Amino acid sequence: MSFLTYLKDGISLGSVYAIIALGYTMVYGIAKMLNFAHGDVIMVGAYVVLMLLTRAGVPGILAVVIAMAVCTILGITIEKVAYRPLRKASSPLAVLITAIGVSYLLQNIALLMFGADGKTFVDVIKLPSLSFGDGKLVISGTTIVTILACIIIMICLTLFVGKTKQGHAMQAVSEDKDAAQLMGVNVNGTISLTFAIGSALAAVAGVLLCSAYPIVTPYTGAMPGIKAFVAAVFGGIGSIPGAMIGGILLGVIEILSKAYISSQIADAIVFGVLIIVLLVKPSGLFGKNVQEKV
Amino acid sequence: MGEKQNNIDIIKSMRRKTLRKSMLNYGIVIAAYAVMQIMIATGNISSLLKGLLVPLCVYVIAALSLNLVVGISGELSLGHAGFMCIGAYTSAFFSNAVGNTLPDLPRFILAILIGAAFAGVFGILIGIPVLRLKGDYLAIVTLAFGEIIKNLLNVLYAGIDSHGLHFSTTSAMDLHMEPDGRQIIKGALGISGTPKNSTFTIGVVLIIVTLIIVQNLINSRNGRAIMATRDNRIAAESIGIPVTRFKLLAFAISASLAGVAGVLYAHNLATLNTKKFDYNTSILILVFVVLGGIGNLTGSIIAAVVLTALPEMLRFLNNYRMLIYAIVLIVIMLFNWAPASLDLRSRLREKLFSKHKSEKREEGEQDGNS
Repeated sequence: MSFLTYLKDGISLGSVYAIIALGYTMVYGIAKMLNFAHGDVIMVGAYVVLMLLTRAGVPGILAVVIAMAVCTILGITIEKVAYRPLRKASSPLAVLITAIGVSYLLQNIALLMFGADGKTFVDVIKLPSLSFGDGKLVISGTTIVTILACIIIMICLTLFVGKTKQGHAMQAVSEDKDAAQLMGVNVNGTISLTFAIGSALAAVAGVLLCSAYPIVTPYTGAMPGIKAFVAAVFGGIGSIPGAMIGGILLGVIEILSKAYISSQIADAIVFGVLIIVLLVKPSGLFGKNVQEKV
Repeated sequence: MGEKQNNIDIIKSMRRKTLRKSMLNYGIVIAAYAVMQIMIATGNISSLLKGLLVPLCVYVIAALSLNLVVGISGELSLGHAGFMCIGAYTSAFFSNAVGNTLPDLPRFILAILIGAAFAGVFGILIGIPVLRLKGDYLAIVTLAFGEIIKNLLNVLYAGIDSHGLHFSTTSAMDLHMEPDGRQIIKGALGISGTPKNSTFTIGVVLIIVTLIIVQNLINSRNGRAIMATRDNRIAAESIGIPVTRFKLLAFAISASLAGVAGVLYAHNLATLNTKKFDYNTSILILVFVVLGGIGNLTGSIIAAVVLTALPEMLRFLNNYRMLIYAIVLIVIMLFNWAPASLDLRSRLREKLFSKHKSEKREEGEQDGNS
């Protein structure tokens, strides 16, 4: 039964990675940039919820919605101020380094505002846990909500990208920005929308992550952010189901290696997976192989 | 005939220019060294600054080595602290294992070579799979690599006894050493008791060696091939430049130089652990490179010195230091790389200095750099 417990923990953690990875993969697919600050938006979302719950006494659901709004605005602002001016820069490194700068900026603002000590996260999700086999396998309310949220978000996103006009615009922009512009697609607006969706998802991920591991520090988002990127690469960057499956697989790998190999080198194993994936199949599980043209 | 003569003249003047640039860097380092030595001799130096001299050399070497990857090869490495860590651990292990059987100087020289060699080998190992990929992937894989190294070294135990070396990844007890054994690497506690061989003079000598290696590489045929792959990968491939091999060359040299920085660091402190070699250190080195100007070696040296020395002098800003670094990083990137900002700057320059010839020359130089 303990294996099932680990598996459940892995899927739960993996669902959080999957939600973060969805944000990464959408932004990467459209803006062709690695948004290093994405992980730190998670941290901002978690702090906003925590402050609203403890200081203002706002009910849980409302706090999550406000956090999503704050993160959305934050994401759009970051894109507008820091990334958009560099979109046509001569070196692709420029925007990547700026993104690292933004990530650092968010971490340090949080450090100055809240201090380096971890703050205990309060329960947002108040659901009873399910128990199977005389209490040998207990699935907490948080786990159920996390997995459900992940599935719902993935279905909604797939429908959004595939069926709506805005979704088609996203596909067009990710395919070819200039051609999309000529066809009358608002490229800047579409990229902003992508950042908005990604950041709102990051807020949700922040709440779920901190519900499962209830400590918030300024660096809460950094490591899950990087791991979610690994998940996105694993699943094939730009692919929505890929991000989901990559995230869940990565979460399971992490928890199982913590349980059966060593908790100290679990991170090393996760990153080892990344290197192996890039060696064997750089386009990931579901990625498209894009040939470079002259 | 006349045209040929003209071409030769152009090449000669270009050579002179690169030579002048290279000499400038050596000059700056030697002048700074002379000033420091005079200050030490006359006793006009605070103990704070004196303690900073070796770390300054460490960061200058690290910044120069990262600039080779970011500026010359056009790739982003976020794992340079990992290479420093390898250099530091392997050399400290060697120095501790050898102990007093060798005199100080030869042992330290061997330690430097060992640190550089191991870091270089890891550079090649990590470079082979990832240098085929594009910039973003390289960045994330080097970051991952830095974390892997830290994780693995944190669980590594090693010792030496009359039977030779013993390694374990679980605990000190599992080393199964003879009673005469000595434990050298103690898991997360790291290595302690490394001989303090690093001096300011050795640091400066290593900076000059680094400069010689990097500048000769840049100005060689190989260096031009590396820059060609940076500027246009497809064009470089089509004229027969083996892109991956050249990128690997730059990456491996850079990694082993970062290893040298690690050796210098390890032999300056009584205890060594992996905490210092995290993601933040990699970013710090990147800040030096970006602030000094990507691809500009003189800039890297000055930025590393100023940004290492300044925070120590301005202690009251300590809480805001990293915040300021972050803002500086963003602003410099926007200022130097955003097309709109470049446009504005060139227009302003035209308006203000349209009659100044010297400004035009500077503009030409900048085009050459970017």
